[in-house]
Amino acid sequence: MTRFLVGRLLAMIPVLLGVTLAVFGLIQLTPGDPAAAILGTQANPAALAALRHAMGLDLPAPIQYLNWLGNVLHGNLGESYRNHIAVAQLLADALPVTLELTIVSLIIAAIIGIPAGVIAAARRYTNTDYAMSAAALFGISIPGFWLGLLLILLFSLVLGWLPASGFTPMHDGLWANLKGMILPGFSVGIFSAGVLSRFVRAAMMEALEEDYVRTARAKGLGERVVTYRHAMKNAMIPTVTVLGLQVAFLLGGVVIIEQVFALPGIGQLSLQAIEARDYPIVQGATLLIGVAFVVVNLVVDLAYTAIDPRIRYGG
Amino acid sequence: MGKSSLWSAFFRRNRMGVFGLCVLAAMIIAAVFAPWVSPYDPLKINMLHRFLPPSLHHPLGTDDLGRDVLSRIIFGARVSLEVGIISTGIATGVGVFFGVIAGYKSGSATDNIIMRIMDVLLAFPAILLAIAIMATLGANMGNVMIAIGIVNIPVFARIARAAVIQVVPLEYVEASRASGASWPRSLMRDVLPNSLGPIIVQVSLTMASAILAEAALSFLGLGVQPPTPSWGSMLSSAQNYLTLAPWDAVFPGLAIFVAVFGLNLIGDGLRDALDPRARNPRAAMRAAERKSQPA
Repeated sequence: MTRFLVGRLLAMIPVLLGVTLAVFGLIQLTPGDPAAAILGTQANPAALAALRHAMGLDLPAPIQYLNWLGNVLHGNLGESYRNHIAVAQLLADALPVTLELTIVSLIIAAIIGIPAGVIAAARRYTNTDYAMSAAALFGISIPGFWLGLLLILLFSLVLGWLPASGFTPMHDGLWANLKGMILPGFSVGIFSAGVLSRFVRAAMMEALEEDYVRTARAKGLGERVVTYRHAMKNAMIPTVTVLGLQVAFLLGGVVIIEQVFALPGIGQLSLQAIEARDYPIVQGATLLIGVAFVVVNLVVDLAYTAIDPRIRYGG
Repeated sequence: MGKSSLWSAFFRRNRMGVFGLCVLAAMIIAAVFAPWVSPYDPLKINMLHRFLPPSLHHPLGTDDLGRDVLSRIIFGARVSLEVGIISTGIATGVGVFFGVIAGYKSGSATDNIIMRIMDVLLAFPAILLAIAIMATLGANMGNVMIAIGIVNIPVFARIARAAVIQVVPLEYVEASRASGASWPRSLMRDVLPNSLGPIIVQVSLTMASAILAEAALSFLGLGVQPPTPSWGSMLSSAQNYLTLAPWDAVFPGLAIFVAVFGLNLIGDGLRDALDPRARNPRAAMRAAERKSQPA
């Protein structure tokens, strides 16, 4: 187990280095001079040159990369061009919102997607199954930001049940906080619910064909017990992986939905930064999400091996 | 499965897939004949006709600048389709090219380098990578195609690599190599045709996600720039007038949804046609019957 863990951790390093290289490269390719962005277009050339030297911008690109990487490893992501607040601080302030929305939408996706898939498989090739499959495809095809607008239209503007925008921190009231998360969570989660239900259905169908299910049936167990106890338990193992991998899609969706519901998360932070050409923030946010994603994938991988006794640690 | 039998299986077994093809056809017709089928000039501003609700004169209403929403949606199909086709083309071309090389040289350093680069591309949520690329390149339609193309390269590389690895050791490929065919020739003649099925399925699914991604980027203001009508940017401006003119938000989104839904139906149908057992029990039975019959 230790060897397996170490192996997986080591395999992560080249990908993480690649991620930092990609993020660094993207910003290098961006037109414009960071020194000019800080001092403004009216700055005199001597001051610009001095600042460029102080920032290390006159060094060759590989050296700049190593300097930047060294800073990143020390938790220093630079500071915003606009207000000189540390990027790490800005990200730390925005992260809880994005994280909460991701978790809420993951829960919504699981609550809708898993039962839908199980029911579809239990009633396979009936109209219930076809309806569920059509609903799943609906979920996969509907643009989350459009769904968000429709939900605002219905539940906020017409019915007035839920807030249309804004974020209430948890310490200002849990219910107020959650109320603001329901519509955005649903807008993001519905896609993953569709993906999940299709996957669970397929996994259940496969499990229902297995020998141990036939044995259970032969023992005289009812179809309900066979479906919900025997088959479902085994279909849930691969589902964990898919659920984990959905985190990536959810993160992407969350960033867009934050814009619809005016939630002050990483997505809104980076979009505002893109508009203001405040590149250290864009760089920091992209790096944070890339690294988070690689780590999530690793955790999913490890969880999978931990859950499934058939997988051996080693190779 | 060969290309022609894939399509015939698709048409025989899959009514929903055919519906998807009809959606795609309608979209292509709207895009190609936009100037003739749209009732108004999509760019014509008329401040006296702002926020008109749907009526006989303006079936889908008008927007904040008094432009006809239906006409803008019809012209928007051009943007969606162009971005969908070209970005999927970029992803397919580049992805298959590198995937095939990696597959042929599987286990080599070349394979390793190519696939690690793909891993890095996959290490970002696709839409975020597209946003980052747009932030770097600047917002315009050509860059949208490039950004969406790049983020979809790894899927095609993986599919092509897997297909090549599967096919290359087979006897008929070996036979053709032994009879003197050079490897590019054997690749074009023996390997690629047999990997086409999964690639075609992925092409239709990628087009769906590319149209969705373009709409998302334009919605965020990072994609196609106004006044060019794009479904995503129409939604973006409608967001500010939700109570005043809800139709401005409903119809462009509906257009995105129908287009993506149609392409996903095609992809699903093709996937089922490739693997008859996947969904339809009757199709599976028919396939089994055919197999049991003497050839």
